[in-house]
Amino acid sequence: MNARHPGPTTDRYRLEQMDADADLMVLNFGPQHPSTHGVFRIKLILDGEVVVRAIPYAGYLHRGVEKLLEKLTFAQGVPIVDKNDYVSPMTNEQALVMAFEKLLKIEVPRRARWMRTIFAELQRVASHMLWLGTFALDMGGALGGGSGVFIYTFRERDYILDLFEMVTGGRFHYNTHTIGGNRHDIPAGWDREVFKVLDLIESRLPEYEAMSSNNAIFVARTKGVGVIDKDLALGLGLTGPILRASGVPFDLRRDAPYHAYDELKVNVATATAGDCQARAQVRVAELRESIRLVRDGLAGLPAGGINGGKPIKMPQQFKAMAGQAYVGIDTPRGELGTFVVAGGGDKGTAPYRCKIRAPSLHALSALPWILPGHTVSDVVVILGSLDPIMGEVDR
Amino acid sequence: MQGLLRGLVYGGLIITVLMTATAWGMWLERKLAARMQSRIGPNVVGKFGLLQPVADLMKLLQKEEIYPIGADRLLFDLAPFLVTTFAIATAAVVPFSADAVGADLDVGILWVLALGGLMVIPVWMAGWASNNKFALIGGMRAVAQSISYGVPLVLTSLVAVVFTGTMSLSGMVKFQIAHGWLALWPPGPGVIAFLLFYMALLAESNRIPFDIPEAESELVAGITTEYTGMKFGLLYVGEYVHTMVGSAIAAVIFLGGWDGPFHIASGLHWMVIKTVALFASVYWVRWSLLRFRSDQLMRLCWVYLVPLSVGLVIFAALWRHFVLS
Repeated sequence: MNARHPGPTTDRYRLEQMDADADLMVLNFGPQHPSTHGVFRIKLILDGEVVVRAIPYAGYLHRGVEKLLEKLTFAQGVPIVDKNDYVSPMTNEQALVMAFEKLLKIEVPRRARWMRTIFAELQRVASHMLWLGTFALDMGGALGGGSGVFIYTFRERDYILDLFEMVTGGRFHYNTHTIGGNRHDIPAGWDREVFKVLDLIESRLPEYEAMSSNNAIFVARTKGVGVIDKDLALGLGLTGPILRASGVPFDLRRDAPYHAYDELKVNVATATAGDCQARAQVRVAELRESIRLVRDGLAGLPAGGINGGKPIKMPQQFKAMAGQAYVGIDTPRGELGTFVVAGGGDKGTAPYRCKIRAPSLHALSALPWILPGHTVSDVVVILGSLDPIMGEVDR
Repeated sequence: MQGLLRGLVYGGLIITVLMTATAWGMWLERKLAARMQSRIGPNVVGKFGLLQPVADLMKLLQKEEIYPIGADRLLFDLAPFLVTTFAIATAAVVPFSADAVGADLDVGILWVLALGGLMVIPVWMAGWASNNKFALIGGMRAVAQSISYGVPLVLTSLVAVVFTGTMSLSGMVKFQIAHGWLALWPPGPGVIAFLLFYMALLAESNRIPFDIPEAESELVAGITTEYTGMKFGLLYVGEYVHTMVGSAIAAVIFLGGWDGPFHIASGLHWMVIKTVALFASVYWVRWSLLRFRSDQLMRLCWVYLVPLSVGLVIFAALWRHFVLS
């Protein structure tokens, strides 16, 4: 997007010239647009309705989270990352907390790790549910069939938020992960509620598939659209369902196990086509896999403490030696990494620098490559299939 | 003089009845959609939310009129007016019962098709005059779609014309009373023609899965993007009236109009029941399906619908020649 990085995004034309060229039209898609999944802008250069070139612009939701993390102590930083990927707050907390734990060399008790696994997988179900709804919304419109799917899947997501509320008291800002463990233990009878919700969601899944991924119009709209081949996916650093849909069976849960994934085996769903349909198939398969993982996790949940060492009274207690740590975990959108550098000494109570590797940002970087040649209708579908969360992209 | 008076009375009656019916039609749609999505729908204004359309109208009337910079004001103002006018004017020839018909033209079906075809002009006017790229693309799509789907619409109407040997809508109903409903008899082609007509109707009135001209997930709101207040309301109402009148015409041409099943209790009420059922089914489809892409729509039309309807016309001609005569 600038002279140092030429690519298909190179903005060689000025806007006025494009309009004067008469054959091509510049269409500003977003930031205020119903289907850009937040405030995202793509400058589309159109020939008729066909995209010739697409130039994405991110940054409309920048809140300076990484800078804030430098100003807050380690423990204070945890709640503010909830809002990064606002569809999957649990995994945001986990990625940050795990990096801090690695930096501070703190062990997490086994029960806490299992609980984190359960939370992460429940959050994945919630996140993919929301994705399925919004994806249908992109194709069916708010005043059409898409909104039906959206309302149904939004309802299922709400059940899971209810479960989280039972544990943490919050539906969004959980702040349940602390450095070294978890803050809230699972209340009695919670597992029964979880099984109830999971059974409900699992029984309704075929219905949603019939309305979306098995629907003839859905297939017509997604098959062969927005193909990301293996090389492009690897070259752009795409992760998560997008990479797996391009035929690379890479999943951090299996390939670099964290939490309890070394004991709970994860079956990685893959597809080879790399188009929107493949991404949808992978996500729906992940929904079922996550439901299984939560069931197994709850069944095998070990007893014991949920917080390592002594209870922590003062956040300032955490003092890091000079050093650095990187932890990447597999969120519903891909590898969410946290790279934290500590200065040590007097400044050891807060990170010197905290860089968050957001999978959505990488996903959006594929747009200039895959959008050209598709129509405006497909832009919406492709964008939806990448499942970008702008809070995470802009941070 | 008497003709003029009759025209005025019938015209006023049609407009009043049609607009009222459309208002409750919107309420019905919202209730149906809510039902399908486990919601409640409008239930605050009046009993069961029945006064919701009135509240909506009041709201739209109070809204500020905004003209986009660089808009072509004349066309911008004219478009919503024309959309509604054409939609209502179509209803003039619809025979609601043996007596209740505004103008029993000998070429009623031609009038319907001509006005349906004209509809594309105000839609394009709205798209062009808004000086908005989303509206422009929406207008472009609307033109392409209306012209394409006009072909199967005309051809399937031609099937009915060939079968019945008349272009008058009430003539068609009388034929069906004598020989059986076209959708049921002759078995097979009639029902296909009816379904094709119905699909083309969905496309002409911009309903999902054929609503790409205003595909709100892609084009914000298509041609209506820049419209505010009652002008938006007119565009909106125009579409509903179009759907309502289209349902009535489908009922007349293929479902025997005011004829009851097995001629039981024929009369206006059957026409109302059939129209409302078709109208509701349009919205049933609308709230269940996703939408096609524009090129897929064109493909569907030219590759499948048009050849099929040509075949139906040929069949109808043969049937008429060998069986009926």
